[in-house]
Amino acid sequence: MHDMVGALTNFVDLDVMKVAYLFFVGFVGGLVSGFIGSGGAFVLTPAMMSIGVPGLVAVASNMCHKFPKALVGAIKRAKYGQVDVKLGLVIGVSAEAGVLYGAHIQESIKKAFGDAGSNLYVSAAFVVILAIVGGFVLRDALKTYRSGNTHEEEKVTKLARWVQSINIPGTMVYFKSLNAKVSVLFTIPLGFATGMLAATIAVGGFIGVPSMIYVLGAPSLMASATELVIAFVMGMGGSFKYALHGLVDIRLAMIILAGSLFGIQLGAIGTTYVKGYMIKLVMGLIMVIVLFSRGLMIPVYMSQLGLMQPLAEGTVKVLKSTSFAIMILALIIGAFIVLKAMWQGIRAERKMAKEVLKHGEV
Amino acid sequence: MAGIKKKPIGKMTITGVITIVLYASLLLNQDIINSYFGKGGVYAFLPIITAFIFSFFHGSFTSIFWTVLGVEAKKKKGVK
Repeated sequence: MHDMVGALTNFVDLDVMKVAYLFFVGFVGGLVSGFIGSGGAFVLTPAMMSIGVPGLVAVASNMCHKFPKALVGAIKRAKYGQVDVKLGLVIGVSAEAGVLYGAHIQESIKKAFGDAGSNLYVSAAFVVILAIVGGFVLRDALKTYRSGNTHEEEKVTKLARWVQSINIPGTMVYFKSLNAKVSVLFTIPLGFATGMLAATIAVGGFIGVPSMIYVLGAPSLMASATELVIAFVMGMGGSFKYALHGLVDIRLAMIILAGSLFGIQLGAIGTTYVKGYMIKLVMGLIMVIVLFSRGLMIPVYMSQLGLMQPLAEGTVKVLKSTSFAIMILALIIGAFIVLKAMWQGIRAERKMAKEVLKHGEV
Repeated sequence: MAGIKKKPIGKMTITGVITIVLYASLLLNQDIINSYFGKGGVYAFLPIITAFIFSFFHGSFTSIFWTVLGVEAKKKKGVK
């Protein structure tokens, strides 16, 4: 029994404030995930670590809240006809392989360069990928917004048309979200990259969703909904792997889940009121803001590795808290846009219903 | 408001109570639960199963919760 108490030091004591904090962060994260398919989770690992949860337990518990959340979100959005289960499963399985490989790379970097090295790698991956993909997604969303064509159907990109036109016998699968047959030789590397990113920065969706939209040609609404299936497959495999080593703190996972299920329902409902470009807008915006958050940390890790002059302790503290604050800000801005769009949609619908009723009476 | 549809308050209460019971039993038995769930190996199934059970009841509760509050998906008008 005493041994067990020893093992429990991995798990922090929870008080009301900590529970409320996790519940709230979970709610906002869930809201964003329900809307763009993923992206709410990256803030949870640092949020847990900020209340004293060890890094690995935070990652493991985050993952164990993510897969049930994704499942609930996927079921909800499937009711709206937005989910392509087949595409989700095909990409999800290859993403699982990407997660394993990504984790392996992480371990080797940690062995060779220590914690600061692996942190630098994670931050650099964040910055490079978010800059390229996030910048592209945001630009595309703003272009649609400025052109005033926000009510038109999204156009399939040239790249996606080319991908759909390639016929490799024996590998072709029909996907309803694309309304076309695509070779799995295209979907496998996309899934793999999604998984690798998930293992590195905890949000595979930042590659998964844009690649489904721009490379395969899925509509934004379906891509973000299908990402939830991918997140479920990846998250369940990952959670099991961590649970094998006893790293999941089920209390943390379930408390975050308590908040995030309220959020994911709302985020999913929100998607029914918007056009595809809104998904891109929220996603691109969050990616670009988070990019700055991570970018701030790069000098910290570089100085720890001796790649540049050491920073004063005060500077490190300021950079760390600013970085965390920007991350929270990204989520809150995302959540605000989602709630506003939904609110406007609901009001417009009620107004219309009233008018219809009036006319009916007359 | 048309007030034609009845709000599923009964359903919300049932799933809500089950959810509260689940969370209460998790938080009131933290020590025992952590000692088993943190063992690893075959015990790895415990957190996974727990996650499914919680998501089933709490997922239904949160869904009905927003419906009762009047926050619902857009009614389809033959779009897509």
